[in-house]
Amino acid sequence: MYTERLVELMRKVEETREKRMTQTIPPFTPEEKSQLLHNFHPDYKKGTKRKIRVGPNKDAEVSREFADLIEAYSLVDPYEFDLSQFQYDVDVLVIGGGGAGCSAALLAQENGAKVLLVTKLRLGDANTIMAQGGIQSADRPSDSPATHYLDVMGGGGFHNRRELVRALVMDGPEVIQWLEELGTMFDKEEDGTMVEIHGGGTSVKRMHSARDYSGGEIMKTLRDEVRNRQIDVLEFAPAVELLTEDGRCTGAVLYNLETYEFAVVRARTTIIATGGSGRLHVQDFPTTNHYGATGDGLILAYRAGCTFLFLDTIQYHPTGAAFPEQIVGLLVTEKCRGLGAQLVNREGDRFVYELETRDAVASAIIRECKDRKLGVTTPSGMECVWLDTPLIDIINGSGTVQSSLPAMFRQYTRFEINMSKTPILVYPTQHYQNGGVEINDRAETGVENLYVAGEASGGVHGRNRLMGNSLLDVVCYGRRAGKYAAINSKKVIPGKLTLEHLKRYHHELEEAGIDSKNRSPMILPDYRREDLKSKTSEIF
Amino acid sequence: MEKTAAIYIMGKKYEVPRELTIMKALEYAGYRLVRGVGCRGGFCGACGTVYRTEGDYKIKVGLACQAIVEDGMYLTQIPFFPANKSNYDIGEAQPTAEEILKEYPELYRCVACNTCTKSCPQDLEVMDYVQAALRGDIAKTADLSFDCIMCGLCAARCPAEIVQYNVGLLARRLYGRYVAPKAKHVEDRVREIRDGKFDAEMDELTTMDEKELKKLYASRIVEPA
Repeated sequence: MYTERLVELMRKVEETREKRMTQTIPPFTPEEKSQLLHNFHPDYKKGTKRKIRVGPNKDAEVSREFADLIEAYSLVDPYEFDLSQFQYDVDVLVIGGGGAGCSAALLAQENGAKVLLVTKLRLGDANTIMAQGGIQSADRPSDSPATHYLDVMGGGGFHNRRELVRALVMDGPEVIQWLEELGTMFDKEEDGTMVEIHGGGTSVKRMHSARDYSGGEIMKTLRDEVRNRQIDVLEFAPAVELLTEDGRCTGAVLYNLETYEFAVVRARTTIIATGGSGRLHVQDFPTTNHYGATGDGLILAYRAGCTFLFLDTIQYHPTGAAFPEQIVGLLVTEKCRGLGAQLVNREGDRFVYELETRDAVASAIIRECKDRKLGVTTPSGMECVWLDTPLIDIINGSGTVQSSLPAMFRQYTRFEINMSKTPILVYPTQHYQNGGVEINDRAETGVENLYVAGEASGGVHGRNRLMGNSLLDVVCYGRRAGKYAAINSKKVIPGKLTLEHLKRYHHELEEAGIDSKNRSPMILPDYRREDLKSKTSEIF
Repeated sequence: MEKTAAIYIMGKKYEVPRELTIMKALEYAGYRLVRGVGCRGGFCGACGTVYRTEGDYKIKVGLACQAIVEDGMYLTQIPFFPANKSNYDIGEAQPTAEEILKEYPELYRCVACNTCTKSCPQDLEVMDYVQAALRGDIAKTADLSFDCIMCGLCAARCPAEIVQYNVGLLARRLYGRYVAPKAKHVEDRVREIRDGKFDAEMDELTTMDEKELKKLYASRIVEPA
């Protein structure tokens, strides 16, 4: 429910709506975009990063929140931990139960491997299930993988690893077909043609969707299939360390979040599909990410010897909810803009072409609020701008918001806001980890028998991912990782289980003078009331 | 001090700020959540919660990450409920009433009491889709259950012990696989890619000088909205 003051401010949006509908805003020139990013994108903000002091990417700059976890000791003691017995012995260990993990598990099993999937929360609790807008694939006759490739490269600032982009766009149609055959209910015309719209940075309409539950629909299908095929799954059992022998990955140490016991897995090959890191709240941004998005896999892979690519760049989704307070930071899907919703400042003026790439739109909103002082202030003091959502029904016909954006509509209705009739308030929110562990197009890392797929990996999206390429990434690279890890596992002789890599890493930490109290991975964030944390104690 | 609400977490009283969601109230009270928390955005169904308010006999439901606390609220989360799930082969299954009833024969036990519908935090017409499934109307079952987040509250309260959300998911997968016409353009494109139609072009792009690539990018023609 809007306050009287906000209702008053909203009038400007209503008054200017008709005029704005016919107004064209040109996209930024490359120079304008570059300048905007340097001046306003949070990645460029001074004093928010520091150099990593240990490991393969020593001296690379990352956000302080990442550096704190990278420069930290393991939750297990490499000198004391008992590795004489293992509780699980598998061909392929998949760490992570989201879109990438489930895709990997399915393909690994199809390729003849005995698979164990372990996950921190429940199977399917992942950023994938929250993805709303859609999934890209160049499958319309007027589109081509080459066009998709160009869009991805441009979106990523031409930093992307080209072989990874090629695999992504060439796999796209097959990924869609695979999901369709598994029974994913995509939005279709009556004759079966996929409904496809634009996303930020696309030159051709190639965003496939399932209403605005796109990731949810994909995740529910994949999860159901993992269960149908009776793949072994351990929930509430995050991996807290990898095991190695002579630089090769040989398994992992798990931790049971409910019984507090460790377990050892011996695996011929291991796939990290642990997703992103929104819950690190870089620069105190709120996040769209799920509770478990703490970047655990990054830490494990790095200690084992993997390198990072573009870990210094975070994607801030331009439109996180800014009001009401209860949903601050939650996603307002880009599909709203794809369907015609405009970004509008306090004066009722547009200030950016809405389908620019996310880094540019987010920066433009920050500029509008912080520099030009043309934002709207919420009752809790947050600066933000309007997203004129009533345009969606005006442009596409009455009822479109409810039928095409049911999740968004429900979200706002819960707080007595009818977004098909009134605009909503938005501000950038931490959304996606653009970089991650370096891989090749077989999802292999620099560490033998270790694979990484999905948001935990880096290189596919360069320095900025386009909408709809994350769902494609998790399925494309999840499938690749599963397939190649399974095929490779047949040649691998099970290795010794050691923590030698960790002893070396700890030694490096000590040499760098890093406080031995610092521990990682984070596993879960702690949102308890601050004054309570210091009063708690485990007395039994 | 800001206005507070008295809430009873599994019967135990805590004073929490009034504007908090149930989930944030649990954390404010000192709970460090492992179960009953997932996406925190209303999509994953991990935080199904049942509650009553003082003086009212009615049992209400909500998602802890979405519902705001009320004064005098007695609540507990149902983070897990043992539910029957059939393991079927989607490649062998048939899009028929017989198939659905073969996988979930307990559907016959539905007494149309509508408790499932009243228990849905997404406000879906759960009983209507259960009835549609009984009739073999897969399209309707799929459509009405589409926004289901599988929190399990319906199944927890069903006197007939039906697992509505698994029935809905089966119907959607049958619909997506067999009832909706196949996307022919996707099939065509997959074939073209397999036949190597784009290989030369992709070879050129992957080895192209960055300057050229940027020029090509800048000269793209954007399809009108």
